[in-house]
Amino acid sequence: MNIVVCVKQVPDSWAEKKLQSGDSTLDRESADAVMNELDEYAVEEALRLQEANGGPESSPVTILTVGPAKAAETIRKALSMGADAGIHVVDDSLHGSDALATSLVLSKALGTTTWDLVIMGTESTDARMSVVPAMLAERLEVAQLTFAGKVDVEGTQIRVQRVTDTGYDTVEGALPAVVSVVEKINEPRYPSFKGIMAAKKKPVSTLTLADLGVDADKVGLGGSRSTVVDFASRPPKAAGTIVKDEGDGGLKLAEFLAANKFI
Amino acid sequence: MAQILVLVDHVDGAVKKVTTELLTLAASLGEPSAVLIGPGFDAAAGTLAEFGANTVYVIDPDGTAGSADFVVAPAAEALAQVVAEHSPAAVLVPATAEGREVAGRLAVKIGSGVITDAVAVVAADGALVATQSVFGGSTVVHSVVTVGVPVIAVRPNATPPKASDMPGPATRVDVPVTFSNSARLGRVTGRTAAARTGRPELSEASIVVSGGRGVGGPDGFSPVEELADVLGAAVGASRAATDAGWYPHQFQVGQTGKTVSPQLYIANGISGAIQHRAGMQTSKTIVVVNKDPEAPLFEIADFGVVGDLHTVLPQAVAEIRKRKG
Repeated sequence: MNIVVCVKQVPDSWAEKKLQSGDSTLDRESADAVMNELDEYAVEEALRLQEANGGPESSPVTILTVGPAKAAETIRKALSMGADAGIHVVDDSLHGSDALATSLVLSKALGTTTWDLVIMGTESTDARMSVVPAMLAERLEVAQLTFAGKVDVEGTQIRVQRVTDTGYDTVEGALPAVVSVVEKINEPRYPSFKGIMAAKKKPVSTLTLADLGVDADKVGLGGSRSTVVDFASRPPKAAGTIVKDEGDGGLKLAEFLAANKFI
Repeated sequence: MAQILVLVDHVDGAVKKVTTELLTLAASLGEPSAVLIGPGFDAAAGTLAEFGANTVYVIDPDGTAGSADFVVAPAAEALAQVVAEHSPAAVLVPATAEGREVAGRLAVKIGSGVITDAVAVVAADGALVATQSVFGGSTVVHSVVTVGVPVIAVRPNATPPKASDMPGPATRVDVPVTFSNSARLGRVTGRTAAARTGRPELSEASIVVSGGRGVGGPDGFSPVEELADVLGAAVGASRAATDAGWYPHQFQVGQTGKTVSPQLYIANGISGAIQHRAGMQTSKTIVVVNKDPEAPLFEIADFGVVGDLHTVLPQAVAEIRKRKG
C-alpha cells in the first residue's frame, strides 16, 4: 500500500498571526514556521499503518507539500519521524493560492507518484477552512473518509470512525481513498537522533508548476476565486473590573451576572 | 430578486437552529430557497417557511437515492444540480465540519470561489461581501467571491434568527437526483452516539463555562460543571486540561479545538495564552476566575476574580441558586 501524507508548514499556533498590508496574504515570516499540528497526527497514522502493513518495503510513506522553499523543513521533520521520501512543489506563482488552487496542485502532484491512500490533517491552523481534504477527494474521485478518529485498513478496504457532534459515524470504502485525521487520534512519535540523521539521506524531489502541467494563471493571487476587500485588526478588549476574593469572590461573581442580566 | 440557496441542516426534518439563522441571513440578501436533502419535508416545512423560505427544493425525500448512506458527496452533488437548474445568486451552508466539506466539494464542482466561517454577509455594489473573524478574532476581514456562484459557509450562532414578516407556505419543488458512482464511495455503515451530557452544544451555547489547568484534575471540573448547569451553559476545557485527560477532547476550546463566541464566557483556572484565547476572545462578555493575578486572560476580562475557583465557584453557584429562588 503506497501512502502519501499531505503536510503544510504554518506559523506556530502559539504565535500571533497577521495579514500583510500589501496583498492581504498571511505574514509567514514574523512567526516561527512549524508543521501544522494536525499533520503530525497524519504522519504518525501513516507510519502506524505502514508498520501494520508490511513495513517500508510494502507500504512506503511519502510526504507531499505545496509551499515556499522553507517548507522543505517540514518534509525533513516528517522524514525524521520515519517517512521514506518527500515531494515538494515549490513555485513563486503559488503565492496567494486559495484552497481550490491548493487542492488542484496537490491532485496533480499525486499524479506523479503511485498512491493508494492519502492522509492529511482535517485543517491547518492558519486558514482553518477544513475543505482541502474534501476538495481533493472530489478532484481525485475517490472515497472521502475525513474527520477520522480511528483508521483501519484491511487489504483494499478501509474503515474509519468519522467524528460527529453526537459521537461518530462508521464510514467504509475501498482504496484508493483520502483520509483526514482529527487531533488526538494517536500520539505522534518524537524523531530519534537516528531518525534525524537518516532523514538527511532520504530522497526529496522538487516540482514546479511547469512540471505538473499547471498554468500559473490557475493558481496564486491571480488565479484565486475569492479576494480580500479589506481587513483590520480588532482592537484588543480593554480590561474591566477585577476583584480579589476575600471570602466573597463568588458573591461578587453572582452580582456581576445578575447586574448584566445573565441570571 | 436574487435567489439565495440555504442548505438545511436537519435530522429527519427537525430543523437545526443554524438553518433558521441562515434563512434569516438569506432573507436579507434576496429570496431564500431552502434545499432539504433526505426525508422530513412534512416536519421541516413549517419552520422553513416561518423563517422565510419561499421555495423548498426537496431531494431524496424517501431516502432511496442514498443521500444518507454516503458521506458529504451526495449533498454537494444535489446542490450542484440545483445550482445548474435554478441559477441562484449564492449558496449558504452552515460552517460545521460537514457543511464546510459540502461547500468545498460544491465549489470544485461548479467552479466557484468559496468562503468559510463568515460571521456576516451583506450585499454591496452588486457583490456579496462576507465578514470573517480570523486568527482567533484578532483580525476582521471582508472578502468576496470573484468567480462563479459564491459558496459561503456561515458560522453558527453568528446571526440572530428572525421569523419572516410575511411567512407564507413554502412552495415544494421536487428535484429528482441519481447520485453518481463517485458520490457513493464513502459508505456510512453505522452511527454511534456518545453519551449525552444534557447540556447545550458547545458551538451553539449562549453561555460557556470552561476549566483549565487551575482545575487541578478531573474532579476539579465538578465546580465548573455545577456553575454551567445552574446557568444552563455548555462546558468547555482548555488544551492543558484535555491534554492531561481531565476532560474529553471534544470540549476543547482554542486554536486547535472549537471556536466559540457566546454571549457569556466564564474561564476558570485558564491563564489565557493565545492557544486558548483564539478560541473564545470574541465572546461578548468574558469573566475570568484565576488564582494568579498576572494571568493574561484578565487583560480581556469584563469581570475577573483573583481567587481559587474551588471556593469561588461553589459560592457563586449557591448565590445564583438563592437569587433564582
